[in-house]
Amino acid sequence: MLTKRLIACFDVVHGRVTKAQQFQDNIDVAPAEELARRLYDDQIDEIVFYDITASAQKRKIDLETVRRVAHHVFVPFTVGGGIRTVDDMFEVLKAGAEKISVDSMAVRDPDIIRAGAEAFGRQCIVLSTQVKRVGVRAGIPSGYEVFVDGAREATGLDALDWVRRGEDLGAGEIVVNSIDCDGTAAGYDLEITRAVADAVNVPIIASGGAGTVDHIADGLTRGGAQGAIISSILYSPRLDRNVGVRELKDGLAARNVLMRPYLP
Amino acid sequence: MIGVIDYRAGNAPSVGYALERLGIEHRLVATGVELDECDRLILPGVGAARATLASLGGAGLIESLSERVHGDGIPFLGICIGLQVLFEHSAEGDVAGLGWIPGSVRRFADDLRVPQIGWNSVGLRRSHPVTADFPDGGYAYFVNSYYAVPADSRDVLGETGYGIDFCSIVAHANIVATQFHAEKSGELGLRILSGFATWAP
Repeated sequence: MLTKRLIACFDVVHGRVTKAQQFQDNIDVAPAEELARRLYDDQIDEIVFYDITASAQKRKIDLETVRRVAHHVFVPFTVGGGIRTVDDMFEVLKAGAEKISVDSMAVRDPDIIRAGAEAFGRQCIVLSTQVKRVGVRAGIPSGYEVFVDGAREATGLDALDWVRRGEDLGAGEIVVNSIDCDGTAAGYDLEITRAVADAVNVPIIASGGAGTVDHIADGLTRGGAQGAIISSILYSPRLDRNVGVRELKDGLAARNVLMRPYLP
Repeated sequence: MIGVIDYRAGNAPSVGYALERLGIEHRLVATGVELDECDRLILPGVGAARATLASLGGAGLIESLSERVHGDGIPFLGICIGLQVLFEHSAEGDVAGLGWIPGSVRRFADDLRVPQIGWNSVGLRRSHPVTADFPDGGYAYFVNSYYAVPADSRDVLGETGYGIDFCSIVAHANIVATQFHAEKSGELGLRILSGFATWAP
């Protein structure tokens, strides 16, 4: 049976993992390479790496850090930030990623999704979305709007319209990143996560807000997600206590969520 | 020396990092000449079947590969798309494959979430030196929309359930291939790479 996935998310600035709250006020956590090694040893299922300032600074992704992290990660490794072209994707794959995440750039140039899927297969292309609850209004029938550039810019795109389009263009996986819930440790936005899971047929990843095992279990069951992105709970200095992968997996197993078993 | 075939649509560096971690001698190879200098080969992949075959063909690697694997019978490991291109035909883009193993590649049913992405268990159907240290029912990381159906069920070494039970490890003479990413399946996946490094078919 296919299991659910626990995915650690790295928001990387200058080679170091940082932790934001609602996409702002990033504080330093650890060097990306060191944290990657620690989490791999702790049997995390997957790591997602975002070069979070590449897009806004209009520069290429930090390939050197990607390469250093990839050296220690023998579980799936998704990389995003500042990807504009198929050649950019190619460089990231050659640096050691197997999946490429596109977000703001895909909103500006949706054809990058199609071109990437054609070149590397749709399973390689992850569409990451920053969504915010804005209420139902003209052009936003779901009540959730897509934002870009670190949640700073509204796009006028309806979240569900956008993920359907992304799937049609060739995205193999969709990350639903709630701007409202990001870094709050108050739980995922289950409403939009479930709505996206129902709207498309590719795997869905819940992101933004996981603070407890119950939150993760909710995202993977009521939210309909196949994977749960976590970060604060693992390593945010803002929380009183961080939790290891093993404890999370034991907790999820106790809540009847099927996970890859922890190897002794 | 293991040669990891480095072509445009592949993820050869990831496989290289895994072999490095295991202390296994290897090099990335991109030409027929480099390929001839290796005594076992790994064909990794993340891509689509058509792009992979076009990429290998464009680099002039298909003839060299066939010669080394078929002619000389050196051990060969295919990973992910490196498994799917071994068969006669793939439904992905309706393309002819290398045809080294009888059978075809089909798409998962539409009532499933496709691609299958994630960790799934692999049931071993028989014993084989490459999987000697991989536990029956062990978990591995899959990313696939298509799956192979070997014409001869004796070629099925491992099976995994996703809607149907599909062939997740194929073994045929000096060829072994995993549908899952052995280089991205944690310590259990690394055991398969270790098993391949010492396999003498």
